[in-house]
Amino acid sequence: MIVAQALTKTFQDKKRGEILAVQDVSFTCQPGQIYGLLGANGAGKTTTLRMLATLFKPTRGTATVAGLSVTERPAEVRAQVGFLAASTALYARLTARETLAYFGRLNGLPPGEIAARTQRLADDLEMHEFLDRRVDKFSTGMKQKTSIARTLIHDPAVIIFDEPTLGLDVMAARTILRFVRDCRARGKTVIYSTHIMSEVEKLCDTIGIIHGGRLLAEGTLADLRARFGETDMEEIFIKAIGATGAA
Amino acid sequence: MNVHQIVTVYLKELRDALRDRRTLISMFVVPTLVIPLIILGFGLVTAKIVRKARAETPAVMVLGGKDSPQVQAALAAHPRFRVVPAREDFRTAISNKTLRAAVELPDDFDAALAESRATTVRLYTYDGEFKSGFATSELDRFFRDYRERTIQTRLAERGLPPALVKPFDITRQNVAPPEKVGGNLIGGIIPYLVILLCFTGAMYPAMDITAGEKERGTLETLLCSPVGRTEIVLGKFLVVLTSALSTVVFAGISALVTFPLGAWLFAPEVAPVRAAAAAAAARTPMPQIDPLGFLASLAMVVPIAVLFSAGLLALSLFAKSYKEAQSYVSPLIVVIILPALAAMLPGVELTFSLSLIPILNVSLVCKELVSGVFNWAHLVLIFGSSCVYAGIAILLAVRMFNRESVLFRT
Ligand SMILES: Nc1ncnc2c1ncn2[C@@H]1O[C@H](COP(=O)(O)OP(=O)(O)O)[C@@H](O)[C@H]1O
Ligand SMILES: [Mg+2]
Repeated sequence: MIVAQALTKTFQDKKRGEILAVQDVSFTCQPGQIYGLLGANGAGKTTTLRMLATLFKPTRGTATVAGLSVTERPAEVRAQVGFLAASTALYARLTARETLAYFGRLNGLPPGEIAARTQRLADDLEMHEFLDRRVDKFSTGMKQKTSIARTLIHDPAVIIFDEPTLGLDVMAARTILRFVRDCRARGKTVIYSTHIMSEVEKLCDTIGIIHGGRLLAEGTLADLRARFGETDMEEIFIKAIGATGAA
Repeated sequence: MNVHQIVTVYLKELRDALRDRRTLISMFVVPTLVIPLIILGFGLVTAKIVRKARAETPAVMVLGGKDSPQVQAALAAHPRFRVVPAREDFRTAISNKTLRAAVELPDDFDAALAESRATTVRLYTYDGEFKSGFATSELDRFFRDYRERTIQTRLAERGLPPALVKPFDITRQNVAPPEKVGGNLIGGIIPYLVILLCFTGAMYPAMDITAGEKERGTLETLLCSPVGRTEIVLGKFLVVLTSALSTVVFAGISALVTFPLGAWLFAPEVAPVRAAAAAAAARTPMPQIDPLGFLASLAMVVPIAVLFSAGLLALSLFAKSYKEAQSYVSPLIVVIILPALAAMLPGVELTFSLSLIPILNVSLVCKELVSGVFNWAHLVLIFGSSCVYAGIAILLAVRMFNRESVLFRT
């Protein structure tokens, strides 16, 4: 479970001065659910998710992940989190097996356990063929699978996706979406950020619309349709950000 | 601090580094090849110059002295120089190097000697020119011998003992170990090379595993794992240090092999040069170094390696990309070269305050060490201060790595 309470993040930038990247964002995400964070570029999605993954310290507010405070017990939080973003890459000079072993060891898993989990993930994701080849020789699909396996090697309770389909072709994107649903089916707490309307429509149990660092609307797809009187997600999104945009 | 995590990061980074050709080259290939190339090249060139200078019988000119056939004959018969016909423009000829030196005999030179009248010969030389100096000292030696023989003859004629004009002899005894004499030039070069190699050895991995990882997006992946930031930076630091130290070790082994090899290769050159200690006295192609002092000087470089590794890590971590890191690090090479070069200048000696200047202090003390001089007070002071600087650099790297504005600089 993820509980974000008034998460706020400001950056100091030499040129732009103080940037309010995220402001008072609160939400809850239950196990077995996918929470979708929908927002345009610069809306504050990555910053929010990085605070949940303890890569950033919140300027104000806090969050608990699997019952652990991100500000007080960051290392334990990370042990409960799998984080997959378009920006999280793999070590080019390691093989897929070495990659999984490395992240397994960093998570404190014993060697036997690492071997067993590598075997299982390779079965699930059909990775055996390239398990012992170096990542720099991989196709996009192979890299995708290896990244997914890397995210899951420590069997985290919470999985955070930050625009994972960014820059992927249709087939690779579908692999990711299938995998996200899989995580939900296995009772994981899943949070998924994107700027693609259709993805939240297809995927998410709860949708939060984020703009200018603020969470402007939240609810199930049905809730949002009823509230904004629109069926199309894009129309809902425009109305949601326009409503307070004027205020 | 979690040692298991540090070791895990270290082993992974080491494996990764050993698969990177650039790092491998700077870690093993360059340090193994540079010292033999420089030392053997230096030996080869010096040996060639000495051989050529010795093979060439210098042309000298005798001006005047038409009425002194005796000394003229002795000069013409001398095997170490060749007398060429006198010309008015001898000064130009010496400047143009067609003539090496000239001697001006006064009128009545032979007669003056016979009558015990005081007289003067004048030597013309081109100061600072190696071959002219060589020829001039041969002429000088000729006239000293000639004068000595004249004195002996005069004393014998009068039945007086030689000690009458030479009441005592002055001899010099060298107290410097034999290594010190030859060690100085090469002693300046070797520590300088080792320090430079150590820097380049640390440079590539330091930039690759910080700025390079940021650029490739693997740093974020690593930061998402439960490993602490201090553990990450220490693991990474140890890899950079391993690379820096490996250059020191490989340069050391290669130097220890090269010196005996060079001495053996150039042995035929060294021996006659030592015998003809006159003009080319200090120019032995293969100076000796003190092996124990050499090993000690490598040990002195260890804290410098720590300083470089941690400093480079902190600096390149600040960069967003490998290219940006290069633009920070490249100018630094000059900063490293300057103190190391300053130590090579003759006459720069260790003092208390110089002992506290990083890099320069180690270069200077290494120069002493390879000459076989162990000055314990200096050694302790320099090793200690280097360790302090190294410690500060590590703290700086750790602090940098714990700042998200550095890790996620946009
Ligand atoms: N490390 C950082 N330093 C300074 N500003 C940042 C940093 N990361 C993000 N920002 C700024 O914060 C705002 C939100 O960015 P981000 O969370 O990346 O948005 P999104 O992921 O929704 O595109 C943007 O204005 C961005 O420029
Ligand atoms: Mg983003």
